[in-house]
Amino acid sequence: MISPAHYIALAVILFVIGGVGVLIRRNALVVFMCVELMLNAVNLSFIAFARMHGTLDGQVIAFFVMVVAAAEVVVGLAILTSIFRARKSVSVDDANLLKN
Amino acid sequence: MSHALILASPGSNSAELAAWWLLAILAVGAAFGLIFTRRAVHCAVMLAIVMLILAAMYAMQGAPFLAFVQVIVYTGAVLMLFLFVMMIVGISAADSIIETIRGQRLWAGLAGIALFVLLALVVGHAAIGAAAPSGPRNSSANVGDLARLIFTTYVFPFEVTSALLITAAVGAMVLAHRERTGPKPTQRLLSRRRVATGHPAPLPGPGTYAQHNAVDMPALLPDGSPSRLSVSGVLANRAIEAERSGGRAAITAQVLEPSEPVDANGRPDDKVEER
Amino acid sequence: MTLTSAEVTLPAVGAVHAAWLLLAFPSFGAAVLLLGGKRTNAWGHLLGVTMSLASFVYGVALFAQMLGERGAGRSRDDHVYTWVPAIGRFHVPIGLQIDQLSICFVLLITGVGSLILIYAVGYMAADPDRRRFFGYLNLFIAAMLLLVTADNYVGLYIGWEGVGLASYLLIGFWYYNPAPPVAAKKAFVANRVGDAGLTLAIFLMFAQFGSVSFAGVFSQVHNASPGVVTALGLLLLLGACGKSAQLPLQSWLLDAMEGPTPVSALIHAATMVTAGVYLIVRSAPIFNLSSDARLVVTIVGAATALFGALIGCAKDDIKKALAGSTMSQIGYMMLAAGLGPVGYALAIAHLLAHGFFKAGLFLGAGAVKHEMNDEVDMRRFGGLATVMKITFVTFTFGYLAIIGIPPFSGFFTKDPIIEAAFAKGGTSGALLGTAAVIGAGITAFYMTRVMFMTFAGRKRWDDGAHPHEAPPVMTSPMVILAVGSLCAGGFLMFSNRLIDFLAPVTGTPPLSHGFLAPISDISLAVVVAGAAVAWAMYGRREVPVTAPRGSFATVAARKDLYGDAFNESVLMRPGQWLTRLSVFFDNRGVDGLVNSVAASMGGTSGRLRRSQTGFVRSYALFMLAGAVIVVFALLLVRL
Repeated sequence: MISPAHYIALAVILFVIGGVGVLIRRNALVVFMCVELMLNAVNLSFIAFARMHGTLDGQVIAFFVMVVAAAEVVVGLAILTSIFRARKSVSVDDANLLKN
Repeated sequence: MSHALILASPGSNSAELAAWWLLAILAVGAAFGLIFTRRAVHCAVMLAIVMLILAAMYAMQGAPFLAFVQVIVYTGAVLMLFLFVMMIVGISAADSIIETIRGQRLWAGLAGIALFVLLALVVGHAAIGAAAPSGPRNSSANVGDLARLIFTTYVFPFEVTSALLITAAVGAMVLAHRERTGPKPTQRLLSRRRVATGHPAPLPGPGTYAQHNAVDMPALLPDGSPSRLSVSGVLANRAIEAERSGGRAAITAQVLEPSEPVDANGRPDDKVEER
Repeated sequence: MTLTSAEVTLPAVGAVHAAWLLLAFPSFGAAVLLLGGKRTNAWGHLLGVTMSLASFVYGVALFAQMLGERGAGRSRDDHVYTWVPAIGRFHVPIGLQIDQLSICFVLLITGVGSLILIYAVGYMAADPDRRRFFGYLNLFIAAMLLLVTADNYVGLYIGWEGVGLASYLLIGFWYYNPAPPVAAKKAFVANRVGDAGLTLAIFLMFAQFGSVSFAGVFSQVHNASPGVVTALGLLLLLGACGKSAQLPLQSWLLDAMEGPTPVSALIHAATMVTAGVYLIVRSAPIFNLSSDARLVVTIVGAATALFGALIGCAKDDIKKALAGSTMSQIGYMMLAAGLGPVGYALAIAHLLAHGFFKAGLFLGAGAVKHEMNDEVDMRRFGGLATVMKITFVTFTFGYLAIIGIPPFSGFFTKDPIIEAAFAKGGTSGALLGTAAVIGAGITAFYMTRVMFMTFAGRKRWDDGAHPHEAPPVMTSPMVILAVGSLCAGGFLMFSNRLIDFLAPVTGTPPLSHGFLAPISDISLAVVVAGAAVAWAMYGRREVPVTAPRGSFATVAARKDLYGDAFNESVLMRPGQWLTRLSVFFDNRGVDGLVNSVAASMGGTSGRLRRSQTGFVRSYALFMLAGAVIVVFALLLVRL
């Protein structure tokens, strides 16, 4: 039997990888994708806990997380597109007006 | 359903475990690929792999509804959104290896390790019990039970989330909307512009030869030189870049001297002569 | 020899009850004139003179009442109000003590003061600031009266500071010229050094005796240790030196001649500079108990007498020559006061006579200056006797009085001092007496010099000088003072009148002095010799218009016997170095400390600022690191 602990461990690893990815990638789209990875890892942990408790609340929460993540992606990509139209670049390093 | 079989048969423990380990290693590998690949499109593909593996895992954990939602909505819709935007942005956009911020990679790595240690501590300290025995919740009435939960206990978050979705959709429309600054160019105006450029005709198509017949094969001009205009700008740039980095170049690279000046989109660029 | 005691002062009776009127009149005048401003310009001078005369009249009334009393009844104390009610032991009532000593001064100040104020009406007629002048003079008279009538040292100190202020204001009266403000500052600073001595004396008195009133101090002074008494005496002497321009605080008096001549006459000849002598005579019980302090007083007095006389010999400015003579004459008074009960009354006698003839001399010099278009260089005078006859006569009276020719005042008051000095006995007595005699000779020399340079000889006037006699408003006071120069000395000393009058305050001297003692003949001879030398040098010979280079002594005397040079090198330069050092330490040390804190703040912030890279990713890194740390901390607490 695969205990929920396995899934939790996997979720932790994926979460950490996603976090590091946010920090080191410069392409805004790729940063977004790493954020999606983190959200997915969290979803996995929710479902594992739901299985552990024997209830479905965790699954409902995961469901809502998916919905919200979808909405967030929509808005975020729309913003990205309008920025790209203005700046012709999608590098996150370009927003450095707060320097010093 | 397959998930019930997996759960029901005790003898398939080791197979189940092996399958799980395989999926887990694939997922982690794909995640590493996601953060290390240079090309954005490849990152999207990696993410798709991870999402699909996670869908399988949801199914293994007795959440079939969520597994399908993951595939249909998350991978199918959200990830495709990513790919659309990548198309707009430019599919060949690639990050350079050189890190602009000094020490960012080092400190990011250390932070990642610290985060991992922290989470491992928390998780290790927490009491994660075994899975609950399969009960009516985990049965095939999963969808119905989920629905019951959503529409009774969690109906308020459900309503709020739907409002959120509507807002997001409207917001995206507003953000992506481009206001016209002038009148909409009519058909007549567009064709006038086209004629004015000096190249009203469409671009020539790629060459069709006895042994090679592909989109990246240039057509031949009357004097025998390959026509740069007959190859898409994207393909041409890729070929030139591949040759520059020492990789195996397509045939087109050898013949692709810019015989006619082209602009970034691959169309003929008259302004070059004026410079 | 009875010890002096002002212990027995009876409460006020009759006119003494309203003794505060003495001060009220001039204070009122000063307040109206100084606060009223330009509106009072038209009649300001008249108000000033009237207030001074009112005080004089009241002083005469007090004097008449006093003469009607006998014995101890002559010393009356009028309590005006309590300034400091008892704080612990410190209790300062402001009371006015009208006794024999103070009434002498009151009459001198108000009498000579009123005459000089009348003179000033004419002298300052052309000056647009005349009203301010009278305001300041009234202020001076009020302060000086408080000084001499206060019944405790703190009241005396208030008057002391008041006259210092008035002196500063009046020396720098023409503040828009460059020299007067500098001279005023110099006078004030030199006085301040002396005031420090007086302040410390008052502190010491309070610490030792728990009281600052005359009665309180004098009744307990015999309980104190000799060291304390000597210290008190020396500190009081220091205060007196500052106010009376004695060595070592003498440098300011000659510069004070920058003020208008009436000021020089009243303040720097007749009254303020004599306040030091008043202080010493009033503190007689203290000095009587310390022979060391008395010795120092006599040495200071004799040395200053010679010092001032030598300076006066080489000055071509008539006012500065007279100022040197003032310094010298007060040296004589100090010498007398330092001789103990023998000399207190003699000092006061000489002081009163000096008030008459010195004021007269100064007013005469002022008349000459006024008529010669404010010229004071005697080398530009000459032959004025024919043109300014009244001035010449009054000036001659004053001249004869100061050099001590009988029957003029100076003879009767100066010779007893010389005799008393010799009578002191021992080496000190002989030295002091010889010094006094020599001083008398030099006095005769330089005063004769002044006479010949100013009034006799060829007319060495500038073009455009048309001197004629001064107006009557100026000559009448001079005439009255000349009469005083003639008669005052004889009147005061005849049958020891003044000595007996002052005896309850100053003590009865053991010897009674006649004026035909052989020593007075010797001094008279010295005086005549000095005058003859001056006649030979300046009367017979032509006086050069430009000053000749002169011998070493002449040059030294022109430079005030290097008094200023001494002050500068010993006091001013080290003081300046000290100031510069302090400024340096303040700038580098204190400011450096503060600035370095600020600079380190700036530097640190500059370094820290670089962490704001502006990149989103580094901010994200900081956020992640921060979150990890916070959760770690939470974990540690929970675990």
